[in-house]
Amino acid sequence: MKLPAFEYLRARSPEEAWQLHSEVEGDAVYLSGGHSVVPSMALRLQAPSRLIDISGIADLHGIAVQGEVLRIGAMTRHAEVMDNPLVARHAPLLALAAPHVAHPAIRNRGTLGGNLALADPASEFPAAVLALRAKIEIMGPEGRRHVPADDFFLDLYETALAPGEILAAVHVPLPPADRVFAFDEIARRRGDYAMVGVAAQADLEEGVVVDASIALFSVGFTPVRATAAQAALIGAPLSPESLARAQASLAEDLDPPDDPGFPAPRRLQLARVLLGRVLNRMETRP
Amino acid sequence: MKVLVNTIVNGAPVQEAVTPRSSLADFLRDDLGLTGTHLGCEMGACGACLVLLDGAPVHACLVLAVQAEGGRIETIEGLTETGAVADLQESFHDRNALQCGYCTSGMLMSAQALLARNAAPSRDEIRDALSGNYCRCTGYEAIVDAIAATGRARAVTAAPANTEAAE
Ligand SMILES: Cc1cc2nc3c(=O)[nH]c(=O)nc-3n(C[C@H](O)[C@H](O)[C@H](O)COP(=O)(O)OP(=O)(O)OC[C@H]3O[C@@H](n4cnc5c(N)ncnc54)[C@H](O)[C@@H]3O)c2cc1C
Ligand code: FES
Ligand code: FES
Repeated sequence: MKLPAFEYLRARSPEEAWQLHSEVEGDAVYLSGGHSVVPSMALRLQAPSRLIDISGIADLHGIAVQGEVLRIGAMTRHAEVMDNPLVARHAPLLALAAPHVAHPAIRNRGTLGGNLALADPASEFPAAVLALRAKIEIMGPEGRRHVPADDFFLDLYETALAPGEILAAVHVPLPPADRVFAFDEIARRRGDYAMVGVAAQADLEEGVVVDASIALFSVGFTPVRATAAQAALIGAPLSPESLARAQASLAEDLDPPDDPGFPAPRRLQLARVLLGRVLNRMETRP
Repeated sequence: MKVLVNTIVNGAPVQEAVTPRSSLADFLRDDLGLTGTHLGCEMGACGACLVLLDGAPVHACLVLAVQAEGGRIETIEGLTETGAVADLQESFHDRNALQCGYCTSGMLMSAQALLARNAAPSRDEIRDALSGNYCRCTGYEAIVDAIAATGRARAVTAAPANTEAAE
């Protein structure tokens, strides 16, 4: 369908964005890639009176190592997440996730910041930033703050962003050279939203897992950290036995929605199968 | 309120006042009469509306015309005129890779972008690149064949130049 009418304004600075946002309290929407906002307006799921284009704000652009972290600007398109050498090196789970996000042409426009701000529970990047133990840089009229990914995704399409606040960047801690990673999802067709997905990383010392970080998506209202499965891996080598323990622990971590077309026990079973596959495929970054 | 938009469409500068709710596809079709860009679903699912924006395929139904400010747009009309996709079009024709043709301009955009990145894609890679393009007529096999054949043919034409460079 054609879009309902709205007013379109460009913000050149964060201050201008907040100003334009507060003028029509509750009825303005920020526009980055627009690849979630525009289809949802076409489907009449939303009809804001004002779209504020924030893509021109300089602070939201660029990918750079800053001290101990890789800062990835919110306006980074999915295609750039997929191809950028710094992302491949320092945030490999994002690079591994990117080919699973939508279709090639959508990846040319959709942005990392828009994807995380939307927080679709079936989305790949939110789980990847959770597994990477990244922080989300948020700026608002009250100042700038850095929220751990664990505290950012609050509920269905609900994040730590207050109305009017802007997601500026993602900060990924630089990984040690021998950290291992893997990412995969099960979807009906390539490019479809996942039925279940897993992002995982682990640190080993003398062959023994000393730290593990595992996040699943499409298993509930938010991406979910698999705390029990992580604990099941620690203190042992990655072996068929420890993998089986982690798979069994998933029942403690997940409480998937019960959908008549996709019952909870089946989703849990798919999650177990996929977790096994992912843990079998853990590799250092290229 | 209309917004003034400056773009380069198929090589020619264009300045137009557009309503914010106009998609890039509406702008190309209704304001510029470039009806080779098709609209199917208007929600990003079918790929009939693909155009090149700054060289990369995008859904013209999901990009607002106002968002194309400062952008360089190429439509199927432009790529046909320059001959950039002449071999792909020829190959689609030879292999009967179109029937009604509704999906074809979008298919050609995806194919052109794929071959620019990956000169010799496998059939799986071609299918992956077309994951956002629906065709309701052909069953896709012929489209995959046509793209694979063009990739091979382009490799042969490019080969002598590479040999020269190596010498
Ligand atoms: C056919 C189709 C298939 C898709 N498949 C997938 C898929 O498999 N996996 C997946 O993850 N996604 C998928 N998507 C969604 C796509 O990845 C979106 O582009 C992305 O989720 C949103 O990014 P955007 O830049 O387009 O955001 P926009 O649409 O511009 O914005 C999305 C929301 O976030 C807010 N927002 C945007 N940027 C910021 C910011 N910097 N700070 C604060 N708020 C902000 C907006 O106000 C809006 O509410 C699909 C989309 C389509 C059309
Ligand atoms: S019309 Fe744009 S994707 Fe269908
Ligand atoms: S040829 Fe008819 S939709 Fe593809």
